[in-house]
Amino acid sequence: MEAGRVIRALARMVAWRLVFVVPLLLAVTIGIFALAKASPFDPVRQYLGDRALTTSPEITERIRANWGLDRPLAEQYLTWLGNLLRGELGESRSMHLPVAQVIGDRLGWTLLAVGCALVLMLAGSLAVGALAAWRRGSWLDRAITGTAYANEAAPVFWTGLLVIWLFAVKLRWLPSGGLTDAASTTTSPGDVLRHMVLPVTVLAFSQSSWLVLYVRESLIATLREDFVVGARARGLRERTVILRHALRSALLPFVTLLGARIPELVTGAILVESVFSWPGVASASVQAALSADFPLLAALTLLATLAVVLGSLAADAAYVFVDPRVRVLGVS
Amino acid sequence: MATVTRRRHDRSRRLAAATLAVLGVAVLLVPLFARLDQSQVDLHSASLPPGLAHPFGTDEMGRDVLLRVVYGLRVSMLVGLVAAAVSATVGTLVGLAAGTLGGAADRLLMRIVDAFNSVPHLLFGIFIVALFSPGATAVVVSVGLTHWMTAARIVRSEVLTLRSRPFVDAAISMGSGRGRIVLRHFLPHLGPHIALAAVLMVPHAVWHETALSFLGLGLPAHLASLGNMINDGARSLLAGNWWPSLFPGLFVLLPTLAISSLAQHWRDRSNPRRRSELQL
Repeated sequence: MEAGRVIRALARMVAWRLVFVVPLLLAVTIGIFALAKASPFDPVRQYLGDRALTTSPEITERIRANWGLDRPLAEQYLTWLGNLLRGELGESRSMHLPVAQVIGDRLGWTLLAVGCALVLMLAGSLAVGALAAWRRGSWLDRAITGTAYANEAAPVFWTGLLVIWLFAVKLRWLPSGGLTDAASTTTSPGDVLRHMVLPVTVLAFSQSSWLVLYVRESLIATLREDFVVGARARGLRERTVILRHALRSALLPFVTLLGARIPELVTGAILVESVFSWPGVASASVQAALSADFPLLAALTLLATLAVVLGSLAADAAYVFVDPRVRVLGVS
Repeated sequence: MATVTRRRHDRSRRLAAATLAVLGVAVLLVPLFARLDQSQVDLHSASLPPGLAHPFGTDEMGRDVLLRVVYGLRVSMLVGLVAAAVSATVGTLVGLAAGTLGGAADRLLMRIVDAFNSVPHLLFGIFIVALFSPGATAVVVSVGLTHWMTAARIVRSEVLTLRSRPFVDAAISMGSGRGRIVLRHFLPHLGPHIALAAVLMVPHAVWHETALSFLGLGLPAHLASLGNMINDGARSLLAGNWWPSLFPGLFVLLPTLAISSLAQHWRDRSNPRRRSELQL
């Protein structure tokens, strides 16, 4: 109710969660480091490329010593971790740029596309799910649930390809990929917008199945509850009953579910950005992987992990606002 | 209403089972009887649309898409099965250890599960494949390492309920050690749960193989796997040829749908409350 109590509940929860987040992130960095050390790829040899065959062993050893690769593993790990904490993410070998700059250049495009997709997905799923629940058992409901199940099973890059075929190749309505037209030298908003339509729609559609099914099921269960029956008995309009009474309480748990979906969102972004050559961080991870670019890949993996952790934190925080019970009784 | 719903459920279950059976028979038998060679390049009949001679058309190298889809499904299924078995085994071991040892070991293992869960699967898979040379082994390892957490959670919670059962007390009071209880009492009870978790993992593992191969990080490009085929198809797509991409994707979609529909049916049946709600 009063702002002070909400803020106190929120602060308590965030502090409690941070206690778990820090060791978790540390564990992930240890895992990444251990995997990199177990990998058969030799960073020095990769750095030298073809020159590795002609470089004398002494020079190779000196590079190794320069990079600290001859130190004990624990020391190497701590050095790497220290660099990460100071924001020194290293040099991307595949893009020949500092990792921080690669991420800085591309993060905005990913956030733009993913953000728009999220909004579209929420609005669309709410409307479609509510429609299916309202017309439950009809052919419309069956078409909606059928599509949702099929969509859940369909690989998003495949859906993306079919969409490209239909809208870019056959109908020629929209461009098939990229950020701007190949001929243009500047990024004008209109051009970017046109290139955004297909990737954003495909990402939103691919992520929407669970939410459509969830809204439908949850609304059907709520429509059976006493307070909805009561609202109907009082002669309220159907629209008011569905939107004001049923939908509102059916949606409570969905904020937390949304936070738990960030991993799938990252996965979807990787595939959609790759299919549509969208120049974001997610497709950069694929390019980094194709050339075994460890510094970039490690930074992107940590970034995604951070997004997942913050996502679930934000979801829990949102719950404090949505559900008065959490506000009053506190979070367990 | 109730009978109508039940009949519809029965029909969809039969359809799912039939789909799986047809696909299974095709994957096992077609390679034995096929008169065409799936890898045979025939540039005279390149990029033919679906027709009588080639029901799914041919790709840009003149290879029959239907035959290649069947071979691809075979490869993807094999990789998926092995990967699902690996992740179910890892998950079972971790879950058994956590549930049996309890205390600090349990808490530590469950935090490790949380840590693994907070890295997006595909990104983690990409990471593993990138650092170890791409190929079937890397795909199996990456899927195995990213999907054992569900099985671990299921096994752990089952072990926790089994621990309090009287026959476990009886075994302990008769002098059984930890190893014997795990092998003789826990594992037989866990069998069905592990099996169901592994079966549900297969479509997921196939999806992962497909995604990694599509990105060029999976199986070797010459191998007919569903992911490689979709990747190949993407190139001829811009020339307007939809069939080399459409059909391999359908063959990822169909088995996944069939398996999840059967699994849902099984879950509804084992939960009478849900069944009655469905039929209200």
